[in-house]
Amino acid sequence: MTAALDVKGLTTRFDTRGGSVTAVNNVSFSVDKGRILGIVGESGSGKSVTGFSILGLIDEPGKVVGGSVLIEGTDLRALSPDDMRGMRGRKVSMVFQDPMMTLNPVLRVGDQMAMAVRVHRPMSKPKALEEARRALEIVGIPSPAERLKAYPHQLSGGMRQRVAIAIALLHSPAVIIADEPTTALDVSIQGQILAEVRRLADQTGTAIVWITHDLAVVSSLADDICVMYAGRIVERGTAEQVISAPRHPYTQGLLDSVPAQHEPGKPLPQIPGSTPQLSRLPSGCPFRPRCPRATELCATEPPVDDRDGQIVLCHHPLERP
Amino acid sequence: MFGYLIGRLAQAVVVVFVMSIIVFVGVYAIGNPIDVMIDPGATAEIRENLIRQYGLDQPLWQQYFTFIANVAQGDLGRSMVYNTSVTGLVFSRFPATVELVLVSVFIATIIGIPAGLWAGYRPNSIGAKLIMALSVLGFSVPTFWIGMLLIMAFAVELGWLPSGGRGEVAQFLWFKTSLATSDGWAHVIMPALNLSLFKMGLLIRLTRAGMVEAMGAEYVRFARAQGLPDRQIVFSHVLRNISIPVVTVFGLELGSTLAFAVVTETVFNWPGVGKLIIDSIMQLDRPVMVAYLVLVVMLFVIINLVVDLIYARLDPRVRLKGGS
Amino acid sequence: MADSATTTGGTLAVPAAPPAETRAMRLRNFWSDYRQSWVALAALAVIVALAIGAFGAPFLVPQDPYDLANLDWMDAFLTPGEVGTGGYVHLLGTDNAGRDMLSAILYGLRTSFVIGLSAGALALAIGITVGLTAAYFGGRIEALLMRVVDLQLSMPAILLALVLVAVLGQGVFQIILALVVAQYAYFARTTHGAATVERRKDYIEAARSTPLPTRRVLFSHLLPNVLPPLIVVATVQVASAISLEATLSFLGVGLPLTEPSLGTLISNGFKYIHAGRYWLSIYPGIFLMFTVVAINLVGDQVRTILDPRNSR
Repeated sequence: MTAALDVKGLTTRFDTRGGSVTAVNNVSFSVDKGRILGIVGESGSGKSVTGFSILGLIDEPGKVVGGSVLIEGTDLRALSPDDMRGMRGRKVSMVFQDPMMTLNPVLRVGDQMAMAVRVHRPMSKPKALEEARRALEIVGIPSPAERLKAYPHQLSGGMRQRVAIAIALLHSPAVIIADEPTTALDVSIQGQILAEVRRLADQTGTAIVWITHDLAVVSSLADDICVMYAGRIVERGTAEQVISAPRHPYTQGLLDSVPAQHEPGKPLPQIPGSTPQLSRLPSGCPFRPRCPRATELCATEPPVDDRDGQIVLCHHPLERP
Repeated sequence: MFGYLIGRLAQAVVVVFVMSIIVFVGVYAIGNPIDVMIDPGATAEIRENLIRQYGLDQPLWQQYFTFIANVAQGDLGRSMVYNTSVTGLVFSRFPATVELVLVSVFIATIIGIPAGLWAGYRPNSIGAKLIMALSVLGFSVPTFWIGMLLIMAFAVELGWLPSGGRGEVAQFLWFKTSLATSDGWAHVIMPALNLSLFKMGLLIRLTRAGMVEAMGAEYVRFARAQGLPDRQIVFSHVLRNISIPVVTVFGLELGSTLAFAVVTETVFNWPGVGKLIIDSIMQLDRPVMVAYLVLVVMLFVIINLVVDLIYARLDPRVRLKGGS
Repeated sequence: MADSATTTGGTLAVPAAPPAETRAMRLRNFWSDYRQSWVALAALAVIVALAIGAFGAPFLVPQDPYDLANLDWMDAFLTPGEVGTGGYVHLLGTDNAGRDMLSAILYGLRTSFVIGLSAGALALAIGITVGLTAAYFGGRIEALLMRVVDLQLSMPAILLALVLVAVLGQGVFQIILALVVAQYAYFARTTHGAATVERRKDYIEAARSTPLPTRRVLFSHLLPNVLPPLIVVATVQVASAISLEATLSFLGVGLPLTEPSLGTLISNGFKYIHAGRYWLSIYPGIFLMFTVVAINLVGDQVRTILDPRNSR
């Protein structure tokens, strides 16, 4: 079976006055139909840029310089700009972080949704509005017909994010990329949306890439997890593998600093140091300066270590019995 | 909405009233108009009579109340120079100015907005840089000098267009306008272009700034992620957002176009109210000055009100409330 | 738009906090930013050259155009390059009274500069005072002052200046006064806007709670923080003062021909435009245009540098 999304060697570079920065460095992963992949990383790790690179939405001075992005077997990077546009929203769509900003404040929700319907499937506006209404119903918005007439500012944040998800679902795409879609929302609403997304993935068979900085979120939601650090995927495996038996020291550090898994009363462990600047990365393993296991060997490029499909990029991976 | 309108109108009346006092007192502080109007050889008796006839012997506050009482009856006084009713005088000149302003606003819009959109859509292209350079010229080079250059080029050197004056007028619906004749258009096009340049420069900058900002906005990125083509993003999403600040500033600037018509009308000898006010200032024709200024203040207040109403229509987030 | 930055390149390279900057360093940084645009550099060079020409005019040009004894009717309407009775070349020709145009232009430019700069400086001083007073005291004083300012801003400057000149009469002093009254409101609005933003910040509250005199708080704490936007407004306003003065003089309500500014010269030359004597109005106009455009371009570049959104 072809994967819904297969990314191989994706590399994105920003060429600025201050020099060239590789924001996404040789990133590979794949997601099957109906599965949810979580991409975890700190801000600046390149996880969002990865999402935008997949859709070909990188603005100047950034540029996707290498790799392939296969959606149900079609390589997006080989398509003409116009064909690529035809794929966006239809085969692969995206949900953004801040629902306050993603909807146009001066257009009615229905008008925005109808536009998104008709761009890929020419039809009359009433028909498009009917499609939109159905999509709102699917994501669990009450009295959807009225919501269509509303302006975005008349809806709550959670409601707006549901609208954004409904828009992403309009054409039943093979893949949805969700870029921290619950970060800006209250915890209770976050939970509702996560449950909704899980249900949608199971029912519609849409593959979902869930980008977040919150390990707790992905551990409950995702089937597979990629951990990103300084533009690279440093660990990849099933959620089970990565959460219960992490092999990369960085993943271990992230897990240790999750409050929920921590013994009360003791100070919360932290990863020493701070997120590196991509323009000034050390040679070899970028995590080296902050890593408790680092040796001189780490100044050279870390090797890929594969054990039962759990892949790490490390000279000294944690060994589990 | 209705309460809002009432509040705004009450406010407008107060503003016009206060401005009328300031203008009246200010203008009446200018030297003695009688000396300008009468023959220096006239007897003291004639002089006295004239002063009494215009009510100039009364205290200022009394003159003001007489003025207000007359205004309430639609009488703005008599011109001391033309010796006709000011109301008639101003309204006979007004159509020419309105004509000029409308054509110039039209020119500014049809050139300024597309140019600004393009400059904002491709901010690093050579075309965009050229447009921006021209816009700087448009609103920094003094209007009167550009007008002069236009006359020199198109009237004196090339002889294509008349150098000044208003052309033939013809009946259009219920009023006479020079826009109904080709001779009228030949006369209006150059002054209108001249008057439009400042506004055009401003519009280009505004539209460009709005466009640049909007193109970086999340909702545009989201629209792209939905697969909308750029053309549709610009025309359906961005234009609506840009139109809010553009309409606001544009409306407010409409008043200043009216004021700058003073300059253009002088350069092109255009028989509008602007030319009238300059002549009146030179000849100390007080009633005309006061009438013109009060009229302009009223227009300003009306324009501001209309702009606010349009603003509320364009931006669903704005809800009009009474008062401020 | 901050959000799109965080999703693309914005947070990728967060620079380390810059070391405390000295004033000299700030100035040097400003200059190195300024140099980035060759247009802005050229504009600055034009301003310097024009200023030298204007203020050095008595030493540079052959004739004092203000001195009627220097004028000879025989020299009237000489075309550019002709030699007049004085025995020297009139590079830009002469006017209807036999005035050497180049001399008249440089003297006129001096008048324009003096008027633009003094009107700008005065308007700046008054505007800052009004704006800071309003922002500092708040309440009724603020409401009243800013109401007046807003009312004035809704009126075009040209109209206000026109009325004032009509009231005050002709002359350099009267023109400056009219320009100041017409323009102070821009400074007041800018100062007030920036100051109300600053006012909410803690350091002003802190300064107010110490027994410092009001004046000290206003000028030593608020002022430095509202200065950047004011600098930008000031350049624009000086250019607009020069252009406004020229316009008023052109309309015949500005300066008389006996003490000509550029506007007066253009106005005078305009009468002869149909006779093909273009040099009477074109040359002073070119000088005026270069002055105003150059100042605006410098202001544009300063704005770009000071705009916090452009800082790297």
